[in-house]
Amino acid sequence: MKPGVESVESVESGVEPGAEPVVLASDVRMGYGGVQVLNGVDFAVAPGEVSCVIGPSGSGKSTFLRCINGLEPVLGGSLRVLGEEVGHTLRDGRYHPWTPKEFAAFRKNIGMVFQRFNLFAHQSALENVACGPVHVLGTPPDRARTLAMEHLDRVGLADHAHKRPHQLSGGQQQRVAIARALAMNPALMLFDEPTSALDPELVDEVLEVMKGLASEGMTMVVVTHEIAFAREVGDRLTFFADGVVVERGRPRELLAAPAHERTRAFLSSVLGSEDDRS
Amino acid sequence: MRTEPIAGPSGAPVPVARTWHWGRWLAAAVALAVAGWLVYLVVVNPHLDWGKVAEYLFNDRILSGVWVTIEISVLATALGLVLGVLVAVMRLAHNPVLSGLATFYIWFFRGTPVLVQLIFWYNLAFLFPELVLKIPFTMIGLKWDTNQVMTGFTSAMLGLGLNLAAYFAETVRAGIQAVDRGQTEAAYALGMTPAKRMRVIVLPQALRIIIPPTGNEFISMLKTTSLVYVVAGHDLMTNASQIYKANNRIMELLIVASVWYMVMTAVATFLQGRLERRFGSDAVRLVRGGGMAARVLPKVAA
Repeated sequence: MKPGVESVESVESGVEPGAEPVVLASDVRMGYGGVQVLNGVDFAVAPGEVSCVIGPSGSGKSTFLRCINGLEPVLGGSLRVLGEEVGHTLRDGRYHPWTPKEFAAFRKNIGMVFQRFNLFAHQSALENVACGPVHVLGTPPDRARTLAMEHLDRVGLADHAHKRPHQLSGGQQQRVAIARALAMNPALMLFDEPTSALDPELVDEVLEVMKGLASEGMTMVVVTHEIAFAREVGDRLTFFADGVVVERGRPRELLAAPAHERTRAFLSSVLGSEDDRS
Repeated sequence: MRTEPIAGPSGAPVPVARTWHWGRWLAAAVALAVAGWLVYLVVVNPHLDWGKVAEYLFNDRILSGVWVTIEISVLATALGLVLGVLVAVMRLAHNPVLSGLATFYIWFFRGTPVLVQLIFWYNLAFLFPELVLKIPFTMIGLKWDTNQVMTGFTSAMLGLGLNLAAYFAETVRAGIQAVDRGQTEAAYALGMTPAKRMRVIVLPQALRIIIPPTGNEFISMLKTTSLVYVVAGHDLMTNASQIYKANNRIMELLIVASVWYMVMTAVATFLQGRLERRFGSDAVRLVRGGGMAARVLPKVAA
């Protein structure tokens, strides 16, 4: 029996009856080069939920996040996001693989924030934020710049609008990256270890922006090592290991009383070094 | 070097002695002597007529040759750059046929001497006496006599341009591949198609790596055009050789030609410096992940 299966029951509790989940994964499998990365992931995110994902490195949590917006291909099981089976459309009794155009149309509705920011290096902060609306949504450039300025203001960086990414600190770059994703008015935001590449004193400014976003009801999936953030902001916490979901639950309950030995071992190693934060 | 006195044991300032770099003086003297001797041998050579050099330096045929050399260089470089980008994008395409053809193109044009290619284009009439461009299965179209199209000038432009495209395609490919993979992922995550990602995100960043070495390509092209004299392209070298074949002043005319090539190179080097200041300084910083930049940039510069 797969180690993830028994705890999957708790997945259902995260989704209100009747409301269609934003993300619904069942038995998602993925691998490359003969190495199995995801061994049957079951996972769900309800609208407006902040879902935090933790786990040791190499557990497949980042890969799973990248499957959600189709940056990595799902090779088995079913992954439904925003009402669509990621990567395929059912037509005439068959699932037809998406064209690059269909992938692009799907990703418009999903914001993603990367560990290493990935701001467009040849553009100013303002251009980065306006880039998606102008080139993907077809917003007129003037209008897009006005909106971009509002988004930058919201993450507290209006004064830095004309700086290039390399002129900004890591925390500032990540806030621009969040503004860039928000400029597309996404229905879902994915965060791939957004604070892992930051110097410790810059972590909080990014987490503050994410907290604000959560309080406004944005649906978020956050892969993170910030246990304190998961406890305080998360509606649901998922523990990944070896390419499966080992355990899922409300963050305070799961952190206080993990049911699995694997979870206990991980938490004690992480919290041991983070006592002051938690 | 320090000139300010140092406080000595008694507390009074003691001057610093001057260092004599005997080795440097000696090496400089020997090098100057050898270089001076070589220059002297040429300058006072009784077989060399400097009057002829001065006479031909601003000769009409030489000046028109200089002009043709510049024209061929500019046009062939432009052709090579445009075609090079196309070949590079094909080379990186997922379509195995396109990337295979691009690989073959690069291999073929880098694998055969440019001299052979020039003579091939000049003699294209042996293969195709007429060049025909028409709509298939109709009589509508255009027809040219190959020998009239393939003058020394056009075959030089084609030969040098197609050849440069093969080399330049590799530069472009390196530039594209040097752009951090994260840029592509961020572009996709925003909802861009692969083509839009290439045009809006990747190529503008790759250009900053690609542009500086184009100066080198152009400077090298200026001198490669001298090969055009085998197909009588009326460039600087062709005209100089026609003059010396008539009056047998080979050395004098080679000096005349060399002076002009050096002048053109100096001007191009000056322009290249400005181009690199405009685009080069940002290039290293823009390509994130220092390892990749360090591996690719020296290759590109070569």
